[in-house]
Amino acid sequence: MNLALKQAYYIARKDLKAYYLKPPLISWGLLLPAVFFLAFYLRNPQGISEVSPGLIGLTLLFSTTSMAAIVITFEKRIDALERLLLAPLSIKTLIFGKALGSSAFGAVMGAVVLVLSLVSFGLSVSNSVLLFLGLALSAMVFAFMGLLISVAVREVFEAMTLSNFFRFPMMFLCGVFFPFESLPKILQVVGLFLPLTYCVDLFRFCLLNQKSFLNPYLDLAALVAFSLILFFVINATFKRRLREQY
Amino acid sequence: MTAIVEARHLQKTYGKIRAVDDVSFEIKEGEIFGLLGPNGAGKTTTIRMLSGLTDPDKGEARVDGCDVVQDPVGAKQRLGVVPESSNLYGELTALENLIYMAQLYGVSKAQWNPRAEDLLKRFGLYERKDDRFQGFSRGMKRRLTIAAALVHQPRIVFLDEPTTGLDIMSARGLRKTIRELQQSSVSVLLTTHLIQEAEDLCDRIAVIVKGKILLVDTVDGMKQRVKETEILELELEPLSETLMNALKTVEGVEQMTHSDSRLKLYGKTLMKKLPGIIRLIESNHVDIAAIRSVNPSLEDAFVKLTSLEADVMKIDKPQKPPGGGL
Repeated sequence: MNLALKQAYYIARKDLKAYYLKPPLISWGLLLPAVFFLAFYLRNPQGISEVSPGLIGLTLLFSTTSMAAIVITFEKRIDALERLLLAPLSIKTLIFGKALGSSAFGAVMGAVVLVLSLVSFGLSVSNSVLLFLGLALSAMVFAFMGLLISVAVREVFEAMTLSNFFRFPMMFLCGVFFPFESLPKILQVVGLFLPLTYCVDLFRFCLLNQKSFLNPYLDLAALVAFSLILFFVINATFKRRLREQY
Repeated sequence: MTAIVEARHLQKTYGKIRAVDDVSFEIKEGEIFGLLGPNGAGKTTTIRMLSGLTDPDKGEARVDGCDVVQDPVGAKQRLGVVPESSNLYGELTALENLIYMAQLYGVSKAQWNPRAEDLLKRFGLYERKDDRFQGFSRGMKRRLTIAAALVHQPRIVFLDEPTTGLDIMSARGLRKTIRELQQSSVSVLLTTHLIQEAEDLCDRIAVIVKGKILLVDTVDGMKQRVKETEILELELEPLSETLMNALKTVEGVEQMTHSDSRLKLYGKTLMKKLPGIIRLIESNHVDIAAIRSVNPSLEDAFVKLTSLEADVMKIDKPQKPPGGGL
């Protein structure tokens, strides 16, 4: 394996061990979707399968961004980030490594909720390859979203506030609780600029007998595009921040 | 002896402040080279430029033959850096921290454990290898941070204010460790604001003040430069401002420093003026507890050559804002 990829893998593994695989974070990652599922199940047990793809997407979004949004800010605070900056690796490797750790954590949380949903609510997978790609790509996009916040702010509390500023509107604009096509046109336009829309649409295609609003391949392409754009924006923002600092 | 680090006309400006101004020096293989200067003199900025953490506005730097600006990753691979703060990962154990560093520096997998364990033994931390970094004392954290900088076996190590914040025993142990590094053929660039530390450890010293290098020389060379200066050390009770102002007017007194009741006079013909100096002190109703002529120390040379009082080296660095402002 190429050294840069190995370094990214080691960064991800260290982050998972040091920050992610901790009981509070795992329990919070599972508690939030459990509460949502329970709330929807108690309200309408027959309709739970309709919202399952959205709730899996939401699990992915929250568990991935919750730590990604603060991981760099936290390491800046304890000066540990300098350790990585002094190591023989590029900024791109550093960013990719950080994203890999948080996306792996988010993807596992999402997969756990997905499996529980398949078992509990009678969902079936129509295209497992697309589902896997959607899960992995969505986790990466959300990790990049979190990292963009993490490199843009100075304090951990700012990162948490800013991440909620993006996450909560996405819950209502991306077809999580109700079909995207039922949104007013103007809100649909806004929703098309949010990656959760494509994640949920793809999950609906794969889990609800191919009932989706957009084309699943367009969903995948959009997630790839979001990943690339966010990666380069983070790279530029981070470099600018480092120039200001050092 | 060939140069392992070359800095040529380095310059760095932050806003309107020129932190480093036309800094040039070379570090020879196997030497301990000191950057000595007060806080805010530009020592850390110089180290950051040499370690590829920030680009110089002007100038160039090479580490072990590798251009730091053109190939920062290559330069980082060739050196070990111990920043001012012991910044390893609190959640990881001592062994895990060293292995993580070995992984990032591309050390082969077969070498991770042997090298990490060897370093832990060398730095007296083997018994604590499975303890988390966050539970270590300051001295132990410092030692492990130095060990982490050596895990890829660099030929040059940068140590930024290595003993700052340590108790006397830990600082002494660390100085011994630094000397041992030199014995194992590792070159060392050390920044310090402690004159005594520079005198004890360094083969050559660059004195840096307000971003400029004022001189580069060996400790003996610096003392030689002021050998013609006579130094009178006086212990006076009480030492008043009035007396010091009066002594400044004595012919031959070129410079003066004081600490508590101890006063040092620097000049060319002080011994000849001694009777007059004593009369002046007595006329101010001040008791002379001791008076002696002393050989110039590095501190005296520093004072004489920089025209700064040694006390400027004791001023604390302003605390960094939370989050480091990044």
